Amino acid sequence: MSEQITQAAPPIPQTHVAPPGRLKRALGGSVGRNLGLVIAFALLFLVGTLTAGDRFASFDNFVTIIRFASIVGVVCVGMTFVITAGGIDLSVGSVVGLSSVVASLTAVQLASAQSSWLLIVVVALAVGTLAGFVNGVVIAYGGVVAFMATLAMLVGARGLAELISNRSTQIVNNQGFLDFFRADLLGVPILIWIFVVVAVAGWVLLNRTTFGRRTVAVGGNAEASRLAGIKVKRHMVYVYMLSGLTAGIAGVMFLGRTTVGTSTHGTLLELDVIAAVVVGGTLLIGGRGTIVGSVLGILIFSTLTNVFTQNNLSISVQNVAKGVIIVAAVLLQQRFASRGSRSK
Amino acid sequence: MITVDHFAPLLEVRGLRKSFAGVKALQGVDLVVRPGEVHCVLGQNGAGKSTLIKTLSGAYQPDSGEIFWQGNPVTIGGPVAALELGIATMYQELDVVDGLTIAENVFLGHEQATGGLLHVASANARTEQILSRLGHGEISPRMEVGQLSAANKQIVSMARALSWDTRLIIMDEPSAVLDSQEVENLFRVVAELTAQGIAVVYISHRLAEIRRIGDRITVIKDGKSTANGLSVSDTSTPELIRLMTGRDVTNVFPAATPIAADAPVVLACDRLGVRGVFSNISLEVRAGEVVGLAGLVGSGRSEILEAIYGARRSTSGTVSVNGTVLRAGSVEAAVGAGIGLSPEERKSQGLILDEPIFKNVTLSSFGRFARGGFLNERRERQAAREQIEALELRPADPDLVTRTLSGGNQQKILLARWLVHGTAVLLLDEPTRGVDVGARAEIYGLIRRLAEAGTAIIVVSSEIDEVLGLADRVLVISDGEVLTTTDSNEIDESGVLDLVMRGSAA
Repeated sequence: MSEQITQAAPPIPQTHVAPPGRLKRALGGSVGRNLGLVIAFALLFLVGTLTAGDRFASFDNFVTIIRFASIVGVVCVGMTFVITAGGIDLSVGSVVGLSSVVASLTAVQLASAQSSWLLIVVVALAVGTLAGFVNGVVIAYGGVVAFMATLAMLVGARGLAELISNRSTQIVNNQGFLDFFRADLLGVPILIWIFVVVAVAGWVLLNRTTFGRRTVAVGGNAEASRLAGIKVKRHMVYVYMLSGLTAGIAGVMFLGRTTVGTSTHGTLLELDVIAAVVVGGTLLIGGRGTIVGSVLGILIFSTLTNVFTQNNLSISVQNVAKGVIIVAAVLLQQRFASRGSRSK
Repeated sequence: MITVDHFAPLLEVRGLRKSFAGVKALQGVDLVVRPGEVHCVLGQNGAGKSTLIKTLSGAYQPDSGEIFWQGNPVTIGGPVAALELGIATMYQELDVVDGLTIAENVFLGHEQATGGLLHVASANARTEQILSRLGHGEISPRMEVGQLSAANKQIVSMARALSWDTRLIIMDEPSAVLDSQEVENLFRVVAELTAQGIAVVYISHRLAEIRRIGDRITVIKDGKSTANGLSVSDTSTPELIRLMTGRDVTNVFPAATPIAADAPVVLACDRLGVRGVFSNISLEVRAGEVVGLAGLVGSGRSEILEAIYGARRSTSGTVSVNGTVLRAGSVEAAVGAGIGLSPEERKSQGLILDEPIFKNVTLSSFGRFARGGFLNERRERQAAREQIEALELRPADPDLVTRTLSGGNQQKILLARWLVHGTAVLLLDEPTRGVDVGARAEIYGLIRRLAEAGTAIIVVSSEIDEVLGLADRVLVISDGEVLTTTDSNEIDESGVLDLVMRGSAA
């Protein structure tokens, strides 16, 4: 009956509203959200090639860029989940340091010498996950604001790492461990492989599983999720544990690359991580997250550093440029995103 | 077209047009408002009422059309320009700042100050004056707004409107957040304002209210005004519905089918209580039965639903479904046992607005579309499509973003969620809030159909006629107690109100 009515009315919407074309739809979708990043990436590439030529545009240099991004990139994957779920984790940098210190303790190294070098890895991951668990419980069940809870962990974990290591640098002497991280696979360093595996696993987890769906739902509307029967608090704990786990992985990667464990590993890492994730298009208020965006975000930062280093520009100049890029990329993202999803 | 009368119009709008990115929201709206009248603007959701309001309040600039204010052509360049002319707007989402006092809210944006120093005492004194003009001299202007009820926040919003030299107040669904007693008070305030010569543009979906306080009506349909300045007393309700929807709605509430005598009890509450809120609520709902809870806001009716659902931990008594007692305070247990809730605040408690329809439909059951944790979105989409087609949600595109849908369609998503999940008990809190007249009838029909299919349903609504029209049996609640339980055709609206008033006075 009402169908008749809508047909009887003059067909205004059909004639005057341009149908959302494929391009427009694409711009509103994931391509659009990442378009700003791709443009920024292309520009950087162009600048790099023009200013540094073959020194920039070579396979070896690309490997350098990605390897530089790999450790921070792994943490970005975990952070993407936390931010998508509507949280924030400021403690990741300190947790990286703490896990590298605990995993390189003399006792752990002795035990690993008698069993397997994998013990070092397991210990680091366990420390990271435990720190995430503490964060999650304090936030979800204690009701402490995520910003404050993880700020406390940032300070506390760094202090704990200093206490445990007595502020000294602990050298890793497990040959199996060192050999593994020194190795290449198909001409690509193992650190990059770890980054790739974590990123792919993170993408699948966020986009293809019930865990990912819960993460987006809780970040999009926690109360609606709770009333729909999702265990919101428990899920938030899992999400922070995941972030801690990736910080633990990054701790292992630091150990492998530098061959030492120290409380200074990962200092200020959280800033790069959060910047890359948000520049990548994950909404800081939660409810929308993109692993692809986060990966592109961190690659842009490491490419930027590389281009500037190739041109012998100082860290200070780099930081200014980084700040500009963060704002520009976020502005671009918002333009594309609002063009795609504006309802009226 | 415009009839000449001895009242010079206060506001006259001619041929207003406004488009957003190619979508024509307004395509020729006329509106004439006289001083001291209550002018109702009617229209279905999406008809263009909000765009009209925002144009008059200076939030949007029209593409074309003329606005005359006290006979002079004007352009309303921004919100402050509107206020300076004398047009104030009370938005549906109350725009008060919880952390500030009443006086600070009233003078927000035009604080009285010298060299940046606030005149706190005089602001308080003037606020007190305005509040007593509104019949609320008992409220202290120094109170923090966050502590006020929704009704009193609305009073603050109105006081703010009056703190400017206001000639016209636009009220966007002011009664939506109020219970029947508070609505009475709102009407009294409106009468006082109009007696002072202030005109009110009143927007509401509740035709009964418009009948009570409206003088004239303008109807908007598809961005055009289809009737201008109709006299409320000379226009019948079916005529208004026809003007708004373009079709005849004869019977809003579907006829109830009698429940089989041997229908099993599905939901049973035994002396359920939440300390300090309500106590000793015992009720049974049989398969196919619709039970209504009537009572004022704060009577405990929403809290009862929340306790049954486990969203609020009960401190005494039990809830059981098909004889099995549920764990208290566990939403998962309730959902697992087959209870579904459509919450009061659809947007903040029910939906993830930026997600597509299908993900909202499967929010309680997506685990079922997964194998080993991996989701099958194709099957999910299919299941969602089947339900939204059955519920006649148009357009039945499971990928549409939920935010873009009307209130009626959003309500259908919540019903679809529980249909996909397969519930035995459905708890509906304010199922038609913000839903327009045409869609209401559809939702009533759907609720009836669900009952006929054997679902046990509890409905809570601040609109008593809705509870009486939908339910087979009504529980009248006041101060967390059941005053009476009766068949819905054995009591009428005034009977319920009478009970409620007496109950809250006792």
